[in-house]
Amino acid sequence: MSIVLPGQHVDAQHVNLKLGPGLLQHTVNDGSTSSSILATRAGTLNHSKNRSKWWVENNSRRYIPAAQESVIGVIVQKAGEGFRVDIGSAQPASLDGLAFEGATKRNKPNLRIGNLVYARVSLAHKDMEPELECFDAQTHKAEGFGELKGGFMLRCSLAMSRQLLDSQHFLLPLLGARFPLEAAVGVNGRVWVKAQEVRETIAIVRCIEAVDPDGGGMDEAGVVDFLRTLGL
Amino acid sequence: MRPPSPSIPEKEFLFAALKQSLRLDGRSSLELRPPILSFGPELGWVECALGKTRVVAHVEAKMVKPPPERPFEGMITIHSEISPMASSEYEVGRPSEEEITITRMLDKVLRRSDAVDKESLCVLAGQRVWHLRLTLHFLADAGNMLDCACLAGIVALKHFRRPDVEVIGDEVTIHPASERAPIPLSLHHTPFCLTFAFFPGSETAPVLDPSQLEQRLSVGLMSVALNAQKELCVVQKLGGVPLSMDEVLRIIDVAVVKAKELDQLVEEQLKQDWLGRNVELI
Repeated sequence: MSIVLPGQHVDAQHVNLKLGPGLLQHTVNDGSTSSSILATRAGTLNHSKNRSKWWVENNSRRYIPAAQESVIGVIVQKAGEGFRVDIGSAQPASLDGLAFEGATKRNKPNLRIGNLVYARVSLAHKDMEPELECFDAQTHKAEGFGELKGGFMLRCSLAMSRQLLDSQHFLLPLLGARFPLEAAVGVNGRVWVKAQEVRETIAIVRCIEAVDPDGGGMDEAGVVDFLRTLGL
Repeated sequence: MRPPSPSIPEKEFLFAALKQSLRLDGRSSLELRPPILSFGPELGWVECALGKTRVVAHVEAKMVKPPPERPFEGMITIHSEISPMASSEYEVGRPSEEEITITRMLDKVLRRSDAVDKESLCVLAGQRVWHLRLTLHFLADAGNMLDCACLAGIVALKHFRRPDVEVIGDEVTIHPASERAPIPLSLHHTPFCLTFAFFPGSETAPVLDPSQLEQRLSVGLMSVALNAQKELCVVQKLGGVPLSMDEVLRIIDVAVVKAKELDQLVEEQLKQDWLGRNVELI
């Protein structure tokens, strides 16, 4: 693992090379077919075991939408057939009223301003407004997306939300072993949690904030001690 | 860009939690986030943090000619502009309502409450006075920037020391810190500002030092500025819910206790910082 800065050359070579976030293929315009890989953001350089997939990982608070990422958004406006949704990016995203499971022209979801939705980014282009959908476009099934009712939404750093999505991460299984909880993690730095009791939800929120690399970076033993002080 | 108001689940959860007297950061309803003061290498440079809210205050002194209508008084100006660094909510050049409230309140608490003895800043009547310039930088907004800024400002004034001056006839000599020990400002008292937030419903108790979410969802804020000697300097309540007299008095009683605690904390921190400094002449 090494640290790269924007503009730095990355020595990534593979027959079937796939570049992830933070990397760019730069073609030199001199007739030859040579091209090099450049980093476009500062962070740690990671690659998969067989060195075919490369990406740069860093931590920030500002979300830049990328296609196929799951995000949590707040409805800010109703616009004709669809909704305008705040996902924490520079522009609000648009969500079509028909992009829900079982939605038809006559039967559209009734979302109000201020409701939360868990959605997938279906279109992310640097010159266009991001678009969201709350179903799988092929199967038309919800697959967990849709309105989030009740619970609480907390904001964390983007690295924390990516860590929570990692099945190897200790936090959510640790909390889930103590009390039943529901969680939806958006990679835009928003996490929705719901537990039966208010103090359990507060415990989840405080644990996530404590574990966040931005605000303490507590480890597993620390969280266990912390939960003991909360009486859970 | 103004961020959208908090979502419905956030609002409902916060109100439900406050009804059970639970706060999201684990505090009790009348508990302050512990203020963390850090002093810079210069005298009069203080960073104050209340949780994730952070404000830097900096005092500078300059020798100027006083205005003819007040020849015996020094001058104090407070510069506070909230930059987008604090939160994407704030814009440069277009002060929001909150920013204006904070600026006005800072002026009332730090300048108009006569905390600094202005006459002691006079060097030569009508000719030379000290001009103090207090600059506040808002670094991060996690709620209750006003209290944080007031605390940073007053601590900076207490921490600051101006150079010694000598007047012989009409000649004024300023001695740099290397020649003569700088002199602390003479302060009449140290006011502290405490903000309370109110929520709809009579069963929800007011909370002290609201977080950003609590501040946004509150139906009214009341700021009380007072010193450890129980002298009330400013009470500000702009709109929002009507309050009964008993309620206001109860809040002021709470503020009195908190102001005393803050005063102790500030004195202790200043003393510790002073012990670690080598400003006195050898």
